[in-house]
Amino acid sequence: MDKQSLLDLLRHDARESVDDIARQLGADADAVAAALEELEDDGVVRGYQAVVDWNRVDDEHVRAQVEVDVELDRETGYEQIARRIARFPEVATLRLVSGDYDFFIEVEGDSMHDISNFISERIAPIPEVTKTVTHFVMDSYKEEGIELGDGDDDDRLSVSP
Amino acid sequence: MTLGDHISDRVETVPPSGIRRFFELAEEVDDVISLGVGEPDFSAPWAARTAAIDSLERGKTSYTSNRGMRELREAISERVTRYGQEYDPENEIIVTTGASEAVDLAFRAFVDDGDVVAIPQPSYISYTPGAIFAGGDPLPVPTYAEDEFKLTREGLEAAGADEADVLVLCYPNNPTGAVMTDEELADVAAFVREHDLVVLSDEIYADLRYEDDHASIATHPGMRDRTVVFNGFSKAYAMTGLRLGYAMGPPEAIDAMNKVHQYAMLSAPTTAQYAALEALRSCDDAVDEMRREYDRRRRFVLARFEEMGIDCFEAKGAFYVFPEAPDGDDEAFAEGLLEEQNVALVPGSVFGEGGEGHLRVSYATSMRELREAMDRIEAYVNG
Repeated sequence: MDKQSLLDLLRHDARESVDDIARQLGADADAVAAALEELEDDGVVRGYQAVVDWNRVDDEHVRAQVEVDVELDRETGYEQIARRIARFPEVATLRLVSGDYDFFIEVEGDSMHDISNFISERIAPIPEVTKTVTHFVMDSYKEEGIELGDGDDDDRLSVSP
Repeated sequence: MTLGDHISDRVETVPPSGIRRFFELAEEVDDVISLGVGEPDFSAPWAARTAAIDSLERGKTSYTSNRGMRELREAISERVTRYGQEYDPENEIIVTTGASEAVDLAFRAFVDDGDVVAIPQPSYISYTPGAIFAGGDPLPVPTYAEDEFKLTREGLEAAGADEADVLVLCYPNNPTGAVMTDEELADVAAFVREHDLVVLSDEIYADLRYEDDHASIATHPGMRDRTVVFNGFSKAYAMTGLRLGYAMGPPEAIDAMNKVHQYAMLSAPTTAQYAALEALRSCDDAVDEMRREYDRRRRFVLARFEEMGIDCFEAKGAFYVFPEAPDGDDEAFAEGLLEEQNVALVPGSVFGEGGEGHLRVSYATSMRELREAMDRIEAYVNG
């Protein structure tokens, strides 16, 4: 079972049935099920989620990208600070990045107010945090490799040579 | 007077395309899921499209040299070394309006009145009419399911191809998805040398091989001098509508084809040439990605047919599989399937002798549609 092809396929569409995955990889369904289990057990595959276009959902859903500067000291490293920030359920994504700031956080909430409160009351007060810059997401055009436009109709001739 | 009475015999004798008839049937059905499409469901890689846009913004709307932009010919020359082919961009490559034009140019350059053009069947639908328009006499050379639709020496002999002047090859093949290895091509090459044929090798699906690398007859001993190779951007780069292909061969062959091309076409579309140049420079990853996706679908479709008990040889190239029609009658099956389950595919008999009793199933369509189509085919077969 070639794990790379399996990952390739799952990244494309994780909702395929084990049988259909097996057909597409020319593999045995049992082998696919076993490989999937292994990928999950090893923590390579951490989950399967829907890619949502929030513009098309009636309920309000607000997202922000937050830049966070921190100051390390002898006892505290990035890892410790990251663990503390990651535990908040409002934090959807947390990455240590190169460049002008240290952490990149993606925060989700029901309103701008919620998110502002969260940043000012939960993130900014962390002793090592020296600065935060919050960017509210105004629109999104592509998520997880999927374009969020109206898509293109298949205007090919239905039968062609 | 009516112009209808003055249509040339060459045009008049060619029957209307069977694929056209099926297209018209399919057009009458609502919500049809089509496995009848002979072009990619992807769009051209964005980098290639932006190169086309940029060229328009820079006002690149003139003719190019007859043979195509020098830079593009150089990039093509460089590209085809991966198939073991070596052609001089200066005088051995011509850029054409789709590989289709290149095939037509070659027929006109190499076929005299009454020359016999051997065409392995089932075949892409353009070769036989193209040979006739050029004044040639098409000779069908049947290939068979038990040979996985590969051309064999025995097949050539049985069809009397030793008397032919020109042999057309198309591997990976439309409509069967068949491929030929170097070993298998060696037999054909030997036959061609013995009987002194010209080979027109349409390799438009060269990049869409799933089990091994492309093999070209032009790279066999003594074959380069008697072969014209066609390739293009339509299939691998999903650029069908940009109409860009090319032909490669010895200088005298390309000169002769260019003679026709310079009068009939002047030069291939300039915008498309810019897109193609960028495609060659930076779109390998996009091609790989599409190839992986086609391969997954190919395996899926083959597996589903096998589970349904429908015989289908393992097609290893292009984006077609060519299963047997369950009850043997491909036209009846295709029409019944279209009527009852709104799934369009192409009856094999459209592609000539040896195609009858088979169906061309294109997997150039999304997995979601393929899954639904295969479910419907299964329902039809069991219904």
